[in-house]
Amino acid sequence: MSKVDMSVNLAGMVMKNPVVVASGTYGFGREFNELYDISGIGGICCKGLTLYPREGNPAPRIAETPSGILNSVGLQNPGVDGFIAHELPWLRERDIKVIANISGNTPEEYGIMCAKLADAGVDMIEVNVSCPNVKAGGLQYGTVPSMTAEVAQCAKKNAGNVPVMIKLSPNVTDITAIARAVEDAGADAVSLINTIRGMRIDVRTHRPILHMNTGGLSGPAVLPVAVRMVWEVSNAVKIPVLGMGGIAKADDAAQMMLAGATAVAVGTACFADPFAPIKVAEGLEKIAAAQGLEKVSQFTGAVKPW
Amino acid sequence: MPMQKICRLVEAKQLNADTYSFLLDAGELGQACKAGQFVNVSCGEGFLLRRPISVCDAEGERLRIVFQVRGEGTAWLSKQTVGAELDVLGPLGHGYDYPETGKVLVVGGGIGVPPMLKAAKAAPNGAVAAVGFRNAAAAILLDDFSAANIPVKVASDDGSMGYHGFVDQLVRDYLEEDQDISAVFSCGPKPMLKNVYAAARAYGVPCFVSMEERMGCGIGACLVCACSVGGHNKHVCKDGPVFNAEEVDW
Repeated sequence: MSKVDMSVNLAGMVMKNPVVVASGTYGFGREFNELYDISGIGGICCKGLTLYPREGNPAPRIAETPSGILNSVGLQNPGVDGFIAHELPWLRERDIKVIANISGNTPEEYGIMCAKLADAGVDMIEVNVSCPNVKAGGLQYGTVPSMTAEVAQCAKKNAGNVPVMIKLSPNVTDITAIARAVEDAGADAVSLINTIRGMRIDVRTHRPILHMNTGGLSGPAVLPVAVRMVWEVSNAVKIPVLGMGGIAKADDAAQMMLAGATAVAVGTACFADPFAPIKVAEGLEKIAAAQGLEKVSQFTGAVKPW
Repeated sequence: MPMQKICRLVEAKQLNADTYSFLLDAGELGQACKAGQFVNVSCGEGFLLRRPISVCDAEGERLRIVFQVRGEGTAWLSKQTVGAELDVLGPLGHGYDYPETGKVLVVGGGIGVPPMLKAAKAAPNGAVAAVGFRNAAAAILLDDFSAANIPVKVASDDGSMGYHGFVDQLVRDYLEEDQDISAVFSCGPKPMLKNVYAAARAYGVPCFVSMEERMGCGIGACLVCACSVGGHNKHVCKDGPVFNAEEVDW
């Protein structure tokens, strides 16, 4: 088999392979690095950060569902300053692209965090817009095009040369409308999908399993939804797409790229098999080689719709 | 350092109606297991999450786990037979730290009894045990404590075996009669742990408890197994499962 060029360029960020790990499933990489060298992965979307440290939600924070999990961690994190002081230096010593993930209460908070992270030196900033807008009565930023665009603008204005990627919520009527709004606002890329809201109830106790009652669904159960949304969004915008949602195997990653993703993220699969991102990257190279591709990027958008 | 190993099942026994004992050929993973730690076991294709199971015993490359069938994942596990290959991640978590002098009193309730066997056997200055079960039919591992020459007092909720009542009374009995006990280690349901801690505190003896919470990754990355300790959310899989009872926000 001929050697496949596995590198991809995601909004100017060049990665050695198209596989990154999804925010919230991989911490800041330290625990996985005890099992294997994480530099085999293209990039890491770090655990979601907020301006100040957060304790997160009460447990239980996880419930298993058919081919998936629900979670409601509630953004427990050391705060953006804690990340810059204690996690970023360690990550910078490794050959892996560092994508910081941020959540804010106001557009200004997003801006402050972007400025701090750009100053500290990250490779990309992923903006989580699935947070409640307190001023708009708790409505999520990511569900209204104008609100998402406002966050994207604030992030871009403060991020300097660091590319800004908006992480889109699937809990909307038309995800392409949001994608177009953030593209118009100057975003460099979009990542999708975030988790799908769900619920599981213990029939014995009549209580929801999650203490927060509802949570975000991820895992193989959401893969077809994610592939469909990546396909729709990549047809609607020109900026590149980081595809995620239920990827557990190389075949899943190839589907996501064919649908239009420039790169892919492996998330929940890391719980079942901590080596999943490495295996996906290796498997993707095999599939590309078997199909005679010179570059893995040739998969991107190569789906042939009926 | 945790590792992922395919471990061969070399002996499988059913201990009571819903509890199983597996002896695994675990290689260096087995050698690395310490008292109070756990392993995360993959339970078939249909399940995403591994099942965290405490180390019941570990001698050389042999790892013993004892688990209760709680749902579909553990039901799948219970049906595995000798020769099966299990995908095991471990050892995980922070186990028990032994006091420099004096014996330890290990206290287990129900499916919290298995990790107490290793905790007692590994004690450098000896151990005594107090174990509690719902009833005589639920009792497990009593022969194993005897075989290891660990004195054991038994309590049952319905009085069908040993003392009629809860294990915290046995803790008081031990601490009253034996001045050489310098730490209490415990694993079991949270209300039991709280009562065991109250008994240990009454005698001024340090108490360490093994907490339980629904887990995701098992290695400290996903932060789902939160447990409030010292006013902050700690994580059972990495910061624990063993915590100083004095610091737990009961």
